[in-house]
Amino acid sequence: MALVLNEDQQMLKDSAKNFCQQSSPLSVLRKLRDTNDEIGFDTQIWQQMLSLGWAGIAVPETYGGFNFGYSGLGVVLEESGRTLTSSPLIPSVLIGATAINEIGSESQKLELLPKIIAGELLLALAVDEQATHSPSNITTTATKTDKTYLIQGKKTFVLDGHVADKLIVVTRTAGGTDKEAGITLFLVDSDSPGLEIKRTLMVDNRNSAQVHFDDVEVPSEAMLGEEGNGFIALDRVLDIARIGIAAEMLGSIQELFDRIIDYLKQREQFGVLIGSFQGLQHRAATMYSEIELCKSTVRAALAALDNPDLDRIEIAELASIAKAKLSEVYFLVSNEGVQMHGGIGMTDEFDIGFFIKRARVAQQFLGDATFHRDRYATLKKF
Amino acid sequence: MQALDDFRSSARVWLEENCPQSMRTAMVQEEIVWGGRRPHYENPESKVWLDRLAEKGWTCPTWPQEYGGGGLSKEQTIILNEELRRINARPGLTSFGISMLGPVLLEYGSHEQKLEHLPKIVRGEIRWCQGYSEPGSGSDLASLKTKAELQGDHYLINGSKIWTSYADKADWIFCLVRTDFDVPKHAGISFILFDMASEGITTKPIQLISGASPFCETFFDDVKAPKNNLVGRLNDGWTIAKRLLQHERTMISSFGLASGQSDRGGTTSTVASLEGAAMHYRGDKGKLSDLVLRDEIAQFKIDSTAFMLTSQRSIEESKQGQGPNATSSMLKNYGCELNKRRYEILMKALGSQSLGWEGEGFNAEELLVTREWLRSKANSIEGGTSEVQLNVIAKRVLGLPDILSMSKTNQ
Ligand SMILES: Cc1cc2nc3c(=O)[nH]c(=O)nc-3n(C[C@H](O)[C@H](O)[C@H](O)COP(=O)(O)OP(=O)(O)OC[C@H]3O[C@@H](n4cnc5c(N)ncnc54)[C@H](O)[C@@H]3O)c2cc1C
Repeated sequence: MALVLNEDQQMLKDSAKNFCQQSSPLSVLRKLRDTNDEIGFDTQIWQQMLSLGWAGIAVPETYGGFNFGYSGLGVVLEESGRTLTSSPLIPSVLIGATAINEIGSESQKLELLPKIIAGELLLALAVDEQATHSPSNITTTATKTDKTYLIQGKKTFVLDGHVADKLIVVTRTAGGTDKEAGITLFLVDSDSPGLEIKRTLMVDNRNSAQVHFDDVEVPSEAMLGEEGNGFIALDRVLDIARIGIAAEMLGSIQELFDRIIDYLKQREQFGVLIGSFQGLQHRAATMYSEIELCKSTVRAALAALDNPDLDRIEIAELASIAKAKLSEVYFLVSNEGVQMHGGIGMTDEFDIGFFIKRARVAQQFLGDATFHRDRYATLKKF
Repeated sequence: MQALDDFRSSARVWLEENCPQSMRTAMVQEEIVWGGRRPHYENPESKVWLDRLAEKGWTCPTWPQEYGGGGLSKEQTIILNEELRRINARPGLTSFGISMLGPVLLEYGSHEQKLEHLPKIVRGEIRWCQGYSEPGSGSDLASLKTKAELQGDHYLINGSKIWTSYADKADWIFCLVRTDFDVPKHAGISFILFDMASEGITTKPIQLISGASPFCETFFDDVKAPKNNLVGRLNDGWTIAKRLLQHERTMISSFGLASGQSDRGGTTSTVASLEGAAMHYRGDKGKLSDLVLRDEIAQFKIDSTAFMLTSQRSIEESKQGQGPNATSSMLKNYGCELNKRRYEILMKALGSQSLGWEGEGFNAEELLVTREWLRSKANSIEGGTSEVQLNVIAKRVLGLPDILSMSKTNQ
């Protein structure tokens, strides 16, 4: 397994780092927050990302992409995590384009993927219905009429929901509430009658929305994948998304840790640098070790996505390992980040707070550590 | 690439022809081969396997052929290890010579010292022990007091060591001695080799909490070691001592690795996996009924996989011939803490069946778990304690300041 980046991936990582540090520093997120920006991301920066080709990194060339693999998209997400960049990269590219590419019909792919890559189409995934992630627990129904389906229900924690052009909606067309069978995905235009999208202001200042469906009518051609058989394909898309989110988290955790170590080397108390206190040194060394493990799990999981020999279950295991591990370590490092900065860590003026806020959202999104340990145990049959 | 593929196929063929059948089964404690002048082969095929491997230099695949090693590149070694794992081959030889002394002799020894010692390590003819710790010098290793005085063509050695693993079974010792008492402690230490059969050496076994006595008190009373046995420069032994510790820590970190599908090195029984054991002792089918324990096991297995990937990554990242660096402290610390966790979870899985000491009421494996659990507690002490590893990471890797003059510790 390739746990070290190859030269091309390293070059992409370096250029992504350059771009994020220069053009999309953390101050951008602060400004979006302070100005109550309606869109929730900086459209100019997004345009630049599009012209760098980031939306097509993992998409096959046939559909206008660069076929550079998830390892490529992963390093970009990692660097954007360092600067806590808010952009459609996760909802539209990591999740949306992946869903179309994995589940869509040939014509859906030919129609939609080039538009996503060009930035003409923003997507959002509407899956969760409750306060915790539970992707088979679907009560939103899609009822067949003559030539259409009527969708009824509500969704929450829909990233970019209020700016997306289309929603990928996970519905139930058959079966009981918490059953994997009977799940069907639809592509729904966000201006459809009966659709109500409410932006929710989240602690991390990124975009999210709650969506209500009141007999929203969609044509059968809007179905993504097969009727009633959507879960397995959805779960694979979710696994790719979980691994991508883990890559973003890895970047944020490393940035946070670098800031902690810098502070330990610069703040003096009792006439010495606080970094000389063993009580802090050992905690820093523990974080370092955990972060090393995080790097390996993220690299392994991304490499696995680009390896056609691995099966669904192997990918699922690695996705749960990565999301569980990164969630635990982001929790640890974000808490230590505030604590080790003392009073200044609690101030809004200082950036550390942005990380602990983002940490909790990223931890929850698509399953927290407990969710993934439970899923891992189930995959391992115990 | 072609050359590597060829190497893989020839290695595969060779292993197919030369690895005895019983050497393709999980290793059992009593059959580990340590070599030495008084070798012990519980299973006669172990000797056949060792001799064949040694013939090709594959007990030490990366060492130069000139000194009996396999002369393989890093890539070839990775392939050889994959092929060995593929047939579940046991290690032919386990020794401190391979994992600790050999690598530093290659780096710091003279040509004559390499020629004299390395081939015997490759063939398992000499068993080595490590004379570092003393009663007053554990974590603060550099404070050691065992004295060596130059007297003509030899050094005269006086003092004592403690916790010397297998001192009573070893043929030679690599030993830290003080050769200058008038300089700062790190600057007066030398690294010397001598025969444990020399006059003036006595060893006294110490019993562990697990009941075993693998280590000793070792006393030196006017022991003569030839002058040429000093490795590296006089009073520059600390450099070599630290380098050897990095190799030792990398070796110990492998305790944290699960072998194959099993959580507990090399067993295929009910206690091979933590979840298997937990379900077996609760009579569970399909899903473990104790959900708290289930979560703890899942967390352990996730960490254990992440650790295994990290060990692999550190091998992929290391340059040919460069060997370990300060990250060996991270691997050592994590691996050891992981191994201790493994046994604590195993104790929970087995319940009171993990608490037997000897005799009836427990099967052999259950009794072994008790002993192994106790033994695992040493993992975070031997080779430098976990606290010392965290000090090394803070100082060497993270570059944090050092007001307490942590240089006292064996880092
Ligand atoms: C099974 C086993 C096999 C061994 N085999 C060998 C061998 O073959 N050869 C050999 O030479 N030695 C061997 N050792 C010895 C081992 O290296 C020492 O036990 C170890 O270095 C710790 O030293 P100590 O026992 O004196 O503990 P101490 O140094 O007295 O430590 C006591 C406690 O204080 C803590 N402590 C000490 N200094 C610091 C510090 N600066 N910061 C924070 N905490 C600190 C330690 O972490 C520990 O928790 C072996 C030990 C064991 C258990």
